[in-house]
Amino acid sequence: MTTTPVLEAIDETLETQGRPPLNVIYEWLTTVDHKKIGLMYIVYALIFLVVGGFEAILMRIQLAIPNNHFVSPQVFNQLFTMHGTTMVFFMGMPILFGVGNYLVPLMIGARDMAFPRLNAFSFWISAFAGMLLYFSYIGGSGLYAAGSAPDVGWFAYAPLTSKVFSPGHSTDYWTLAVFLSGVGSIGTALNIVTTILCMRCKGMKMSRMPLLPWLYLVMAGLVFVAVSPLTAAQIMLTLDRYLGAHFFDTQAGGSAILWMHFFWIFGHPEVYVLVLPAFAFANEIIPVFSRKAMFGYPAMVAASVSIGFISLSVWAHHMFTAGLGPAGNTFFVFATMVISVPTGIKIFNWLATIWGGKIIFAVPMIFMIGFLFQFLIAGLTGIMLSAAPFNWQLSASYFVVAHFHYVLVGAIVFSLFGAFYYWYPKVTGRMMSETLGKWHFWLFLIGFHLTFDFMHVPGILGMPRRIYTYEAGRGWDTLNFIVGVGAIFQAAGTLVLVYNMIHSYYKGKEAGHDPWDAWTLEWSVPSPPPSYNFAIEPTVSSRRPLWDIKHPEDPDADYE
Amino acid sequence: MTTITTASRIPIDGPVETPWKLPYRGNIGMACLIIAESAIFIIFVVAYIYYIGKSLSGPTPAQVLELPIFGTICLLSSSIFVHFAVSSLRKDNLRGCTLNLAATVLLGTIFLATTAQEWYHLIHDEGLTIKTNLFGTTYYSLVGLHATHVVVGLIMLSLTLGLSLTGHVKEEHSEKLEVLSLYWHFVDAVWVVVFLVVYVIGR
Amino acid sequence: MSLIAGTAFAQSPTNIFDPAGTPARSAFGLSMLVLSITLAIFLIVAGLLLYALVRFRHRSTDSNREPAQIYGSNQIELSWTVIPILIVVTLFLTTTRVILGTEAIPKPASAIDVTIIGHQFWWEYRYPKSGVVTANELHVPISDPASPTPTYLTMSSADVSHSFWVPRLAGKMDLIPNRVNTMWIDPEATGLYLGQCAQYCGTQHAKMLLRVYAQSPQDFAAWIEQQNKPAQQEFPGNAAATEGQAVFMKNACINCHTVKGTVATGRFGPDLTHLASRDTIASGPIQNTPENLRKWVEDPNTMKPGSLMPAMHLNDHDLDVITAYLSQLH
Ligand code: HEA
Ligand code: HEA
Ligand code: HEC
Ligand code: CUA
Ligand SMILES: [Cu+2]
Repeated sequence: MTTTPVLEAIDETLETQGRPPLNVIYEWLTTVDHKKIGLMYIVYALIFLVVGGFEAILMRIQLAIPNNHFVSPQVFNQLFTMHGTTMVFFMGMPILFGVGNYLVPLMIGARDMAFPRLNAFSFWISAFAGMLLYFSYIGGSGLYAAGSAPDVGWFAYAPLTSKVFSPGHSTDYWTLAVFLSGVGSIGTALNIVTTILCMRCKGMKMSRMPLLPWLYLVMAGLVFVAVSPLTAAQIMLTLDRYLGAHFFDTQAGGSAILWMHFFWIFGHPEVYVLVLPAFAFANEIIPVFSRKAMFGYPAMVAASVSIGFISLSVWAHHMFTAGLGPAGNTFFVFATMVISVPTGIKIFNWLATIWGGKIIFAVPMIFMIGFLFQFLIAGLTGIMLSAAPFNWQLSASYFVVAHFHYVLVGAIVFSLFGAFYYWYPKVTGRMMSETLGKWHFWLFLIGFHLTFDFMHVPGILGMPRRIYTYEAGRGWDTLNFIVGVGAIFQAAGTLVLVYNMIHSYYKGKEAGHDPWDAWTLEWSVPSPPPSYNFAIEPTVSSRRPLWDIKHPEDPDADYE
Repeated sequence: MTTITTASRIPIDGPVETPWKLPYRGNIGMACLIIAESAIFIIFVVAYIYYIGKSLSGPTPAQVLELPIFGTICLLSSSIFVHFAVSSLRKDNLRGCTLNLAATVLLGTIFLATTAQEWYHLIHDEGLTIKTNLFGTTYYSLVGLHATHVVVGLIMLSLTLGLSLTGHVKEEHSEKLEVLSLYWHFVDAVWVVVFLVVYVIGR
Repeated sequence: MSLIAGTAFAQSPTNIFDPAGTPARSAFGLSMLVLSITLAIFLIVAGLLLYALVRFRHRSTDSNREPAQIYGSNQIELSWTVIPILIVVTLFLTTTRVILGTEAIPKPASAIDVTIIGHQFWWEYRYPKSGVVTANELHVPISDPASPTPTYLTMSSADVSHSFWVPRLAGKMDLIPNRVNTMWIDPEATGLYLGQCAQYCGTQHAKMLLRVYAQSPQDFAAWIEQQNKPAQQEFPGNAAATEGQAVFMKNACINCHTVKGTVATGRFGPDLTHLASRDTIASGPIQNTPENLRKWVEDPNTMKPGSLMPAMHLNDHDLDVITAYLSQLH
């Protein structure tokens, strides 16, 4: 076997041992280093994962048996609103931005992001937004009344959000939090695009860039055109609530449908914003553990770009039941179904990458295998939802909830967990425990399938989402109970992950700079990387620079 | 198999495409910002168009809106001056740069003043506020959103003007000034759309 | 996947795979087609994946050499672009046919019209042709294919968005304020069809249940005739009900409720003219018994927290007589 060369570090500022804790904290609070900001994003998002997961557990306890009185209807409505908002805006987005922040400069051979200070600003504004959302528990009704959190659902359909139907301030906290998180997201996306376009190391043409930066590029481009409409809609909603404007005031002739359009013009591309980074991790991890180059790199890039474009034209598949009329329905059925073509290309390319390889079932890879199967199923339930007449039955039922958790948890969270195990050694210099990793995997896998496989069925049996309780005798009881049990398994799995991350930080085996025998530039620097990443800016001549070094007799460049 | 251990090997010395030049990040960053901002404006414009003629009560645009020709001329010509400011700076003509910047700021301020006057007229004489009807709602938010951008642009331009008056602006800053001028051109372009939608189609 | 197929056997009054009307049946037909295509795709792709994982796993006996590197293949990639395109076109064309068959067919002259207005958290039903107004329990005739009498629903909302969903009869359609949507149903057999509001509409979204009574044409005509009468106002031999009526008319009840033929003409709450002819109150979750009625009037929030009817703080006597009165409104 070959060893990969290591670059000497220029300085060791990441080394925190033996310095006064205040200094360390101050350094983290004021840092503009992309790696530290990335880590802060990740830690912050993990906290929200646990918070949002805790809310999910409470909901599942309430729904475990019919006519339960565990929480009141008001509290339940707040729970799913906070759960959805937290998971999408304060778990999903930050964690993906965090990983991107950490990896993109390393993978393109740059020393930092293009605008380090903007980067810090974006992080802190998102962090502030998350705290603002949770502050609503205290400030939601003003200081004179008991606190309350927003309870309008994560897509906050008008006119439920107007002052008449949502008095108090809880909805304002929601609006402001989402607005600010949007500002932060746009800032980070701007940074990612600029970094990728302007900071690549010598020789790294776009066609030689690893797929992860490519997908982050597409994702960031989507953020501009998707998150901005949401930001605009939040401005309008705030004007309605504070200055008495009538954008979504149905009593003054305003339109409820307009909000739906604005929200889903954001909402649909948003789900691809979330899933593209998950694809990106798969694109890095699957080849390494199959020991093969990515199959069909140009097709992968083209598929990602076209997913980005098509996803801008499908938003109204969330509105099939709003009465779009036959023409509108048909158009959106078509646009939605077409997306399965580029997505299919991705699935098949991953399959072809595995094909003929020598698959190593390390923890990152088994999470990716989970990802592949689950994303396949989730995509196919998406196709069922996109057939409008079928959707008229399934929409707003637990089938939809099952579909999107299959993607959000089964694909994105699984892929993220894989990414944790894969890059953790780079970040900390230590390996995570494989045994605990397998425990985590199996617990979470069992929990996931108990929860979300069985969740499809109540949807088919007519159970709408967002109900705090239900009568016995509708055929939902046992299923809901199983679903609840699964959630407990998932919590247990998550706890194992948290334990593993903390434990391995102190006790893990030394990783060295290239524990997986991988091929991209981040594995050529020490673990953890020094604050300037590369002592000498690298030059590359192919997509897998470290492969070329390890196999000088058969470099990649010959095939590109 | 060979084992490479020296660090000097990692910057792989394959054939390097020379010259290796990537775009200036200020420009790319500003382009991204402009895309994002355009998306915001598009949503406001869509809302405006969607609500044309849907107000349940008066006043209607036809009754109260005048074409703001003068302000428009000022704003659009300011774009030309900011362009000259950049090209003067590129040629190291510091005086020309300062003068052109001053003209830009002046014209931008006049534009803002005409908007302020129009709002005063509408609120005070016509009694149209953001609360009155859908027209008021969409009109004040769209024009207000644009005016906010003008204000931001003016603040930045005035800062630059101040710096150049105190002699801090040098030729090597021309790339940065160009980024700022991009923003200003964008604000102008948006005005063309707002003008068409609010004063031409909407009336 | 197999789980989903398994639900066909599940016992539930709201199973979407147990259709009892044309729109639900055509959606069911489409869903079976979509399910079988997606199931086939799943089996093929998952099968290949599984095969690859087993076949190409790293074995300890393997040599240490890296496997052959393959960077792509245009023919193969083209094939897995074209085949999905063909599948998509098939799916799309079938779906379009079902959409048009449900949404774009002419309304027969024999159709029944009902206007539905969604309220937080109850349903208002108006029969414009006969002038009947009722709440929460929808009565429609069954439709015989030989002489179809489908019911056309014209839907809007008085406050926030709701959604009308009776799974065995048809898919759902939203009731959106300031907008009119339409849909139709044609139950095949008499009986009670359940459903519930499917668009989150506030605190009690969960208890905004739907009950559709499909009746034979004769029964339906009789029902309409009975509902069309004004409310009973004389209660010979029932002093409590007579007194209850007076108490009711003196209280704020009349600001929100209509009792046809009396001074009560409010429209904020359900029409009570024939309250006693309904099986349930408060849009489904509560059986219509005198005890429940009394408890409801005493404080609706104990039975349906978040309901928009306030507790009227009546004394025990008034509660008794109002209950007696309401129980007589057949
Ligand atoms: C990351 C998240 C994510 C992703 C990737 C997707 C992917 C898809 N989603 Fe999903 N979706 C959500 C998150 C996501 N969704 C969320 C959060 C909601 C609900 C929001 C809410 O209401 O709160 C939702 C809701 C939702 C609805 C609306 C349901 C309703 O409320 O009525 C619809 C309807 O069309 C839909 C469809 C699809 C489709 C067609 C895809 C496609 O992209 C899937 C494509 C993939 C495949 C098809 C599999 C692989 C392909 C092949 C193997 C090729 C061969 C296949 C064929 C030819 C079919 N989704
Ligand atoms: C990325 C996004 C994401 C993720 C990861 C999840 C994860 C989960 N979600 Fe969520 N969900 C959404 C996004 C997400 N969800 C959205 C957008 C909605 C729609 C909201 C709306 O309708 O407005 C929704 C709605 C939603 C509902 C529907 C509510 C309703 O309609 O009434 C349910 C119900 O079961 C649910 C359950 C779960 C469960 C069990 C998990 C599990 O996978 C969670 C597993 C994680 C953990 C369990 C964390 C670990 C916790 C600990 C380690 C602490 C343990 C401590 C104790 C138990 C004391 N979610
Ligand atoms: C502020 C308005 C308001 C007042 C006053 C009011 N109600 Fe109601 N009432 C409602 C609303 C709204 C509902 C529907 C509640 C729901 O189902 O969520 C309702 C429901 C009912 C129902 C159940 C009807 C059904 O069909 O399910 C009865 C019975 C009733 N009210 C009786 C009364 C009586 C008796 C009084 C006076 C003592 C009264 N109401 C006063 C608003 C009012
Ligand atoms: Cu009405 Cu939900
Ligand atoms: Cu979507």
